[in-house]
Amino acid sequence: MTRILGLVSVWVALAISVYGLVALIGGLAKQRTAWVASGLQAVYVNFALLSVSAAAMIYALVTHDFSVGYVAQVGSRSTPTLYTIISLWGALEGSILFWGWVLAMYSAIVVYTNRRRPGGLVPWSAVALLTVGLFFYILLVGPANPWALISPTPPDGPGPNPLLQNHILMAVHPPLLYLGYVGMTVPFAFAVGALLSGEIAKDDWIRLTRRWTLSAWAFLSLAIIAGMWWSYEVLGWGGYWAWDPVENASFMPWLTSTAFLHSVMVQERRGMLKLWNVNLIVGTFLLTILGTFLTRSGIISSVHAFTTGTIGYFFLGFIAFCLVASLILVAGNSAGLRSEGQLDAMASRETVFLFNNLLLTGFTLVVILGTLFPLVAEAIKGAKVTVGAPFFNKMSIPICVALLFLMGVGPSLPWKAATDAQVRKAFLLPSIVAAIVAVLTLVFGPKDPYTVLAFAFASYAATCNLREYGVGIAARQKAHGESAPVALGRLVAANQRRYGGYLAHLGIIMTAAAITASSSGKVEREATLKPGQTMQVTDDLSVRLKTLWGKEEPRRQVIGADVELLKGGSVNGLIDPRMNFYRTQEQPVPTPAVRSRPQGDIYMNLMAFTPDGQSATIKVILEPFVPWIWFGGLIVALGAVVSAWPTARTSRQAARVSAPRTVRAPSGPVPEFS
Amino acid sequence: MQSTAIPVTTSSSSKRPLLIGAIVALVGAFGYLAYGGVEDNLVYFLTPSELVAKGGKVVGRPVRLGGQVVPGSVEWNAETLNLKFKVTDGSQTVPVYSSGAPPQMFRAGIGVVVEGKLGANGTFDSKSLMVKHSNEYKAPKPGEGQHPARLDKSLIRS
Repeated sequence: MTRILGLVSVWVALAISVYGLVALIGGLAKQRTAWVASGLQAVYVNFALLSVSAAAMIYALVTHDFSVGYVAQVGSRSTPTLYTIISLWGALEGSILFWGWVLAMYSAIVVYTNRRRPGGLVPWSAVALLTVGLFFYILLVGPANPWALISPTPPDGPGPNPLLQNHILMAVHPPLLYLGYVGMTVPFAFAVGALLSGEIAKDDWIRLTRRWTLSAWAFLSLAIIAGMWWSYEVLGWGGYWAWDPVENASFMPWLTSTAFLHSVMVQERRGMLKLWNVNLIVGTFLLTILGTFLTRSGIISSVHAFTTGTIGYFFLGFIAFCLVASLILVAGNSAGLRSEGQLDAMASRETVFLFNNLLLTGFTLVVILGTLFPLVAEAIKGAKVTVGAPFFNKMSIPICVALLFLMGVGPSLPWKAATDAQVRKAFLLPSIVAAIVAVLTLVFGPKDPYTVLAFAFASYAATCNLREYGVGIAARQKAHGESAPVALGRLVAANQRRYGGYLAHLGIIMTAAAITASSSGKVEREATLKPGQTMQVTDDLSVRLKTLWGKEEPRRQVIGADVELLKGGSVNGLIDPRMNFYRTQEQPVPTPAVRSRPQGDIYMNLMAFTPDGQSATIKVILEPFVPWIWFGGLIVALGAVVSAWPTARTSRQAARVSAPRTVRAPSGPVPEFS
Repeated sequence: MQSTAIPVTTSSSSKRPLLIGAIVALVGAFGYLAYGGVEDNLVYFLTPSELVAKGGKVVGRPVRLGGQVVPGSVEWNAETLNLKFKVTDGSQTVPVYSSGAPPQMFRAGIGVVVEGKLGANGTFDSKSLMVKHSNEYKAPKPGEGQHPARLDKSLIRS
């Protein structure tokens, strides 16, 4: 029953999407308002249907209905309920269902929040949203059907992948990722809508798109940080980023959307880079589909896995379709995408944005190259290769240092053209700070040139961004006699976009500095200890194995080592790295123990033990400043929230727009947006 | 074109080549670095036979070597954390040296992937050692309920 309900919901959603597309396109072409309105209803109906399907799947998972194919694949009676629920996104079919559901939700929000907006932008955007939705519904009834009947019904299932039921972050990271990832479909839909409705030459659609991109970007930023954290807490290797194709898949659209969030300001301010911005939006969307393809088609492990399943061909076909359709649309609208302004000077904010965009897209190309090279090499030469992390590191360090530099220069330079005095003022103080930091790093810190450069440029950028706050606060204090905190609050409230952006910069700078510090100052020690034995880690830190213990749980066997931290000879705490043996998987899943302090983490992993409990091999890694990476990520998201939060002014604008109501055919007269 | 009183502003005809030149230089540097970088940092997946066949050509280059652990070849010193074993694909055998504890499931006959470099002496110096496992999770068959890492009763705390 649940199975039928879930499957029929997707089939109906598929049919409704086709209906909606016919009604919208027909209605827009023949200027029938009623058809368009009916077509827009399809978006709401789809959200309801996909919610039913997702709820039915969660119900089937929780009630252990093993007649459902997906439940038989990832469910198990011994899995705790939380992990049973979140296994909705634990494997291919469920994650495609989740994708479809999130997209249906976003589509409904887009149509609802813009229901009074006149003109063809929203109906044409709905055409794009329904088309993308249709693709995912076809996957769900075809190659990624989670509702396949399993007969006879098995008594129990294997449970989710142990790696995915070992940490609470698995309940946090995937939803954040999907909210960000799928959210990038909305800017794409607006771009398509603007191209199809002829509103591309106006400014209004790009403002709407910027806000949606910003919120999707905030989710994606948090998701990437949460993914790093999960990798750090669960995989037991003491690192958080390995340039794995799965990580790259989320990083590439983050880079291009970051580029867009900057270059869109040049369009709003100077009417430039219009064509470039549309391409960035389309590219970001295509990268999310490419990423879903890479991580969901099995192509990553081998080209041959791809030929056995058909889902990869569906994705390739869809990517090709979107690419060709977008190119045709962009080419057909070249008049509306012409630049109004031009660069006036090298020393200007728009030039900084231009170079920032070049670096970010260049970075994206580097990551694409490194990610796809193995596929190409295997397809052409038959050689199995991977591109090692050293390639990505070598390429990303200079790019990141340059980006840090621009992050400081950008806010310091005015639009159009800076005077020599402005340039001097912009560079002087931050350069002095950067030089001092560089010297201090050389004297007290690691002598590694990249670390020195990264710290110098990070402090340069931090000074520039903090100075923007300082100058603003001082001006308010002088003009209104406000106290510093009040001045800060009013300054930010009066110009959220700007100061939210600077806050996001500070978060990125903090994360970049912490990543540099953590990778340059790592200490690793490993030893086999008998209970009572001690290993010296640093001059004042040693660890002592107290006991080794085991515990039986319904779904797994847990082995843990109680280890005392000794500081200057006295006990300073106890931590217990573990190893979990899930019954359905041979490979044990490590659970490292992490003691976080502001100056860094003590990270401990149980590497091996003798089954009689007589000794255990313990690895201790001192990871300086790692908590600041996660903290920086939170600040980035906070900056995005400040920047995107509806202001009194934007609400007034929205109210003005909502005055003339009902949807209109695009070819009819469209009220001017003011 | 705008002409302003700001001294650093020059006409766009004189700025454009500068800007284009900067962009071309940047793109060129990127392309050069990326192309050379990929070539230098490719990690080949090789079987012991392929590794032996390539011999001197891959000495000192990062390689992933996959094969089975030869029974009776494992020597692990828990005190010094030195691990030695041999990896085979049935026709060729490569000695591997690794430092650090082997993964808990590591044992003779199991499939492993070691990442590291072939030394001039023919020993493979492993930087990381992974036990090969499939990504498929199957329910245990009857009689398979016993986990290979079964523990001594004294270790179980209930």
